[in-house]
Amino acid sequence: MAEDLNWAIGGEAGDGIDSTGKIFAQAQSRAGRHVFTSKDFASRIRGGYTAYKIRSSTDRVQSVVNRLDVLVALTQRTIDENLDELHDGSVVVYDGERSWEAEIPGDITGVDVPLKSLAEDAGGAIMRNVVALGAVCAIVDFPVEKLDEALEKRFGGKGEKIVENNKTAARKGADYVEEEYDGFDYSLETTDSDYVLLNGDEAIGMGAIAAGCRFYAGYPITPATDVMEYLTGRIDQFGGHVVQAEDELSAINMALGAARAGARSMTATSGPGIDLMTETFGLVATSETPLVICDVMRAGPSTGMPTKQEQGDLNSLLYGGHGEIPRFVIAPTTISECFHKTIEAFNLAEQYQTPVYLVADLSMAVTEQTFAPEEFDMDAVEIDRGKVVDDDSIDHYLDEQDRFQPHYDAADGVSPRAFPGTDGGAHMSTGLEHDELGRRTEDTDERIDQVEKRQRKVETAKQEEDWSYRDYGDPDADTLVISWGSNEGAIVEAMDALQSEGTDVRFLSVPYIFPRPDLSEEIEAAERTVVVECNAQGQFADLIEHDVLERVQRVTKFDGVRFDADELADAIRDVVDGSAAADEVTA
Amino acid sequence: MSSDVRFTDFKSDKQPTWCPGCGDFGTMNGMMKALANTGNDPDNTFVVAGIGCSGKIGTYMHSYALHGVHGRALPVGCGVKIANPDLEVMVAGGDGDGYSIGAGHFVHAVRRNVDMTYVVMDNRIYGLTKGQASPTSREDFETSTSPDGPKQPPVNPLALAHAAGATFIAQSFSSDAQRHAEIVQEAIEHDGFGFVNVFSPCVTFNDVDTYDYFRDSLVDLAETDHDPSDEQQAKEVIMDGETEHMGVIYQDDDSVPFNELHGVTENMAEIPDGAPDGAMDLVREFY
Repeated sequence: MAEDLNWAIGGEAGDGIDSTGKIFAQAQSRAGRHVFTSKDFASRIRGGYTAYKIRSSTDRVQSVVNRLDVLVALTQRTIDENLDELHDGSVVVYDGERSWEAEIPGDITGVDVPLKSLAEDAGGAIMRNVVALGAVCAIVDFPVEKLDEALEKRFGGKGEKIVENNKTAARKGADYVEEEYDGFDYSLETTDSDYVLLNGDEAIGMGAIAAGCRFYAGYPITPATDVMEYLTGRIDQFGGHVVQAEDELSAINMALGAARAGARSMTATSGPGIDLMTETFGLVATSETPLVICDVMRAGPSTGMPTKQEQGDLNSLLYGGHGEIPRFVIAPTTISECFHKTIEAFNLAEQYQTPVYLVADLSMAVTEQTFAPEEFDMDAVEIDRGKVVDDDSIDHYLDEQDRFQPHYDAADGVSPRAFPGTDGGAHMSTGLEHDELGRRTEDTDERIDQVEKRQRKVETAKQEEDWSYRDYGDPDADTLVISWGSNEGAIVEAMDALQSEGTDVRFLSVPYIFPRPDLSEEIEAAERTVVVECNAQGQFADLIEHDVLERVQRVTKFDGVRFDADELADAIRDVVDGSAAADEVTA
Repeated sequence: MSSDVRFTDFKSDKQPTWCPGCGDFGTMNGMMKALANTGNDPDNTFVVAGIGCSGKIGTYMHSYALHGVHGRALPVGCGVKIANPDLEVMVAGGDGDGYSIGAGHFVHAVRRNVDMTYVVMDNRIYGLTKGQASPTSREDFETSTSPDGPKQPPVNPLALAHAAGATFIAQSFSSDAQRHAEIVQEAIEHDGFGFVNVFSPCVTFNDVDTYDYFRDSLVDLAETDHDPSDEQQAKEVIMDGETEHMGVIYQDDDSVPFNELHGVTENMAEIPDGAPDGAMDLVREFY
């Protein structure tokens, strides 16, 4: 890989760290450098350490590393927090006129720039971070003019004067460093490429609009709020709307209502919101309503660490809710996949009239990364709404009394949908067990038919859809690494490092949690298998182990009546005789 | 919409399992009449029902319907209406569904002022679970879970709605078939959130708030000089702890419903086969 530069700005929350970092990230992106950003932040509006880090290179970068080359430190704590990442040759920019005296270890170069004074010269102390950016340009040999477009994008709404002042501030910073210092080893190479820069939440929002999502209801929660903020205003341009609900219980029910009205509909939240939404999740599945529910995971349980990374919700998403609830759980592994998998989630939801959990995690949600714009090809977007009837085709789905059958027991499990307003389609949907017409039933045969019908949709999907993985590295390597979610980028880069030491690894990046690919052959072929995930218990590892276990025969019953001794004896006798189906006996 | 819709077209072929004499029969009949009288038909009507005796209404009516989770009927109705403003949306539930487990949603649905109708079958008791205190039960009302009465004041749903900024507040009585249907019809015709609290007696578990009690005590505002557009008069009726009223108590003639206020006018069910026109602009924004 071409040489990378690792840069950061750190200070207190409220110091404008985030927007300053974003300006530098955008400037590098437009100058043809690949960028990968990360944030250290706390759940508070002011005070507390916060930092924005950028790794960039002319080659693709998809992870952070533990090395920092240039650091803009607005506080001593910024230096202290990053001491272990600074190295011989690192440069720290600070403002010696501020009240603290920077303590900088000997082998690190301190560059003292009067950020505040220079900013005041340019028109206001508020621009001190931009002065710092200008200083950084001089240190890393990056033309200061290349900041201009990003400054216009950031400050354009505040008027020409503000933009010009900021451009001046940047130049003052650059000029100061060029006059007072020399001999830096860094040189930021630029290329003719032009990239887009976005985070996972934005990619999910953009994917939703592309997929025809028109209704979003949500309740603000870190780190999923960016999805809602992205869609607000933008989705309206396409005939949609965002509703801020009073809580997550309401959000999922509004989204459910919109989906019943025929809209492609979604909500996004994080773990605590998933807990609340689980109340309605079973209703979504039982009423066979297509709905995309996005979980942007953060560290739990309970309030946990709201601004920290974890992939701890897997079991909750797979098993959450009382009773047995058919569902799909898909987890994009990169930011661009957040876009593509969101579109896929909407298609799956409607084709199979089943709720889809779309799972992202904090580090992916708030991390920005560069991509070629072609990676978001809107012309390639395909929308499949599944079986929907209109005023004419509805005739094929009426019973002998001309009643529409929303839960028709079709061979593939997928019944037709009639959007409200369709003539002759009026029907009931309910969280109660129901017959094909949607009317409440406790009849044992109808109960069994409907449970099996809903389950059969998942079986159909397993057969019909592609539940594959991304395969990296040497297919014959002794060591097999399996992972899910946002770890892909870091693992791919780790493989480069391992390979240079002579260690070959095969890596399977799995975006489908349920259904998921059967990895038994791949595991069998390897000498050792490692499952990588951001949680304590190894929840995905449990699933992988489960998948390769010996199968047991099953005796099940779900018609609402308990086992009786005679039928159990019969069922077990059938198993012993071998007269029952190989893997399943229904009592 | 056909002009020859009769209210019985809104009846499903399922026989209600409500107790003989239950107020919910009259409440439902009035809703069906009001829907037919306002030119709706089952194929453009969406009924959302809560949980409890009242929640069974979705099964006994014929229309597009969802019978959902306890207490969350209002958010479902909001979602339906916002997504397709051409539909007539009616939400129905009980006093437990609306003022206890769903009280939070009630307040916010009122504030949101989506153009739909909310009919609460208020029998001041939990019927389906066989007779426990509800949020509108009297302070001294003895039940299996409150042998000496709940010893807390009942919720005043009219005051709750008013405090949340309701644009239409009404109260009716299931047994007064004509007035009940008229009042629900006015709620349907209101541009915004039409809230009707219906006294719908439970003949099995509530021997205090009975048909006789309401017949004897209810004052019909239509027979007084009450002006629903006068907020001060409405407040006096709402806060009158002595007299039970029925009729339209308050109506804000300047109400602008949610969809109109936010410019949400399209049926969101209609989308193109691929990404919408102009979607590439979304990508370019990230330069």
